[in-house]
Amino acid sequence: MSSPSTHLRQASVGIHLGALFPLLLLLIDSLLGRLSVNPIQDLTLRTGQVALILLLLSLSCTPLGRLTGWTWMVALRKPLGLYSFLYVSLHLLVFVGLDYGLDGLLISQAIAEKRYVLAGLVSFLLLLPLAATSTRAAQRRLGRWWRRLHWLVYPAAIAALLHYLWLSKVARVPILAAALLLALLLLRIPLLRQRLRRR
Amino acid sequence: MTRLIPSSAITPESLYTRRGFLGIAGALSAATLLAACGRRATEPTLSGEQPASEPRDELDDPLNSFEQITNYNNYYEFTTDKQEVARLATSFRSSPWELEVGGLVARPRIFALEDLLAFPQEERIYRLRCVEGWSMVIPWQGFPLHQLLRMVEPLPTARYVRFETIFRPEEMPGQRDRYYPWPYIEGLRLDEAMHDLTLMATGLYGRTLPPQNGAPVRLVVPWKYGFKSIKAVVRIELTEQIPTSLWMAMAPHEYGFYANVNPEVAHPRWSQASERRIGELGRRPTLPFNGYADEVAMLYSGMDLRRNF
Repeated sequence: MSSPSTHLRQASVGIHLGALFPLLLLLIDSLLGRLSVNPIQDLTLRTGQVALILLLLSLSCTPLGRLTGWTWMVALRKPLGLYSFLYVSLHLLVFVGLDYGLDGLLISQAIAEKRYVLAGLVSFLLLLPLAATSTRAAQRRLGRWWRRLHWLVYPAAIAALLHYLWLSKVARVPILAAALLLALLLLRIPLLRQRLRRR
Repeated sequence: MTRLIPSSAITPESLYTRRGFLGIAGALSAATLLAACGRRATEPTLSGEQPASEPRDELDDPLNSFEQITNYNNYYEFTTDKQEVARLATSFRSSPWELEVGGLVARPRIFALEDLLAFPQEERIYRLRCVEGWSMVIPWQGFPLHQLLRMVEPLPTARYVRFETIFRPEEMPGQRDRYYPWPYIEGLRLDEAMHDLTLMATGLYGRTLPPQNGAPVRLVVPWKYGFKSIKAVVRIELTEQIPTSLWMAMAPHEYGFYANVNPEVAHPRWSQASERRIGELGRRPTLPFNGYADEVAMLYSGMDLRRNF
């Protein structure tokens, strides 16, 4: 019989490997010139997709842990969230640096004219302080403010999904992803209630 | 098969292949990541040691390679993944083929593929601007649609032309997805369809049209976004009423009937001010009517192009 801590260790290893694999693949494809004939779009789409998947997985940990009784899953939130932020940052770097060539005018025009760009930027700005305060030390220093601050992950996820919905020509997959997020949010409600009651 | 372009006139593909790939691989190596990004939008991707004989469009831009044109396709009848279309389309049967032309015409008729290839085929180097914000320069062969329309003699009541793609879900896996109201439909106003730039393409780069590019016969309307240039056409109908395209049916607020390339009129959700030419790293400004304003702007004089997007 394996203990919960063994499960956690195994799951953590799986997450590190699973989350780094798409990055490795991106690097290999970039160096070998296998990024499609529209390489910048390919980089943008792939980093964005992985970021969104990891973010939704991160948000699934707590509800899934509660549902299954595998409470150790809660500990997976942080690495998944941080990996998501890594891909979000790459996504933004590709957009600003490669796609728009650091051209401030073109970028500000894009933010003003494309609402999906604005939503993506909002999502990044909401995630930034969460990544910056992900350490144990920061958690201790912030005390009960830490939890309140990290509640921002929900608006960040909503902004990320709006970003995805607004850039898609066909809404089906974004709507499925939004339904998943909604389900996760609904699952949080009873948990939140319990927590409030306990206080 | 008619092949009017001598093979010597066609750019060796090796000249174009993998340019962009090399650029991006360099740009990605961490040390040069940001250094490579300050490039101005219109600068050529790599140092411009292009031979003078390289064919170009009338704006002096080089052609995209056969490899680029045939491996990056928006063709939802196969898949929404642009890089997968070529593989999925290999078993598509584009011969025999029949194109039925009818509706408000005096002489409706069915054109076999051989009849279509019997029209004098000419080469047209056109820019193709996708609504997604990328573009290519493509050497098509084909014949102006007006030649075919004249043969069927449009009636005075005909005002629009409705085009329909083949529906063959057993060969087109994307058509098994009932989310889309197949078959693909597009439409033009009759004067747009009669314009000399409007081409029925049967080939590219001197070869028979590959299935992923819309074999055996497709429309090419170079001043409109790419989705107007319907592929694998089996039916053309002249109508009095404005046809409803597949995209108009799916998202009427986002896809209008005209869909002229217009940097001034943003798609409801994204700007159309700039584009990336496939093979280049930077972005270039999008031109009104995709650079064909001198030829086609008068078709729309007096029209509010913001309303008629």
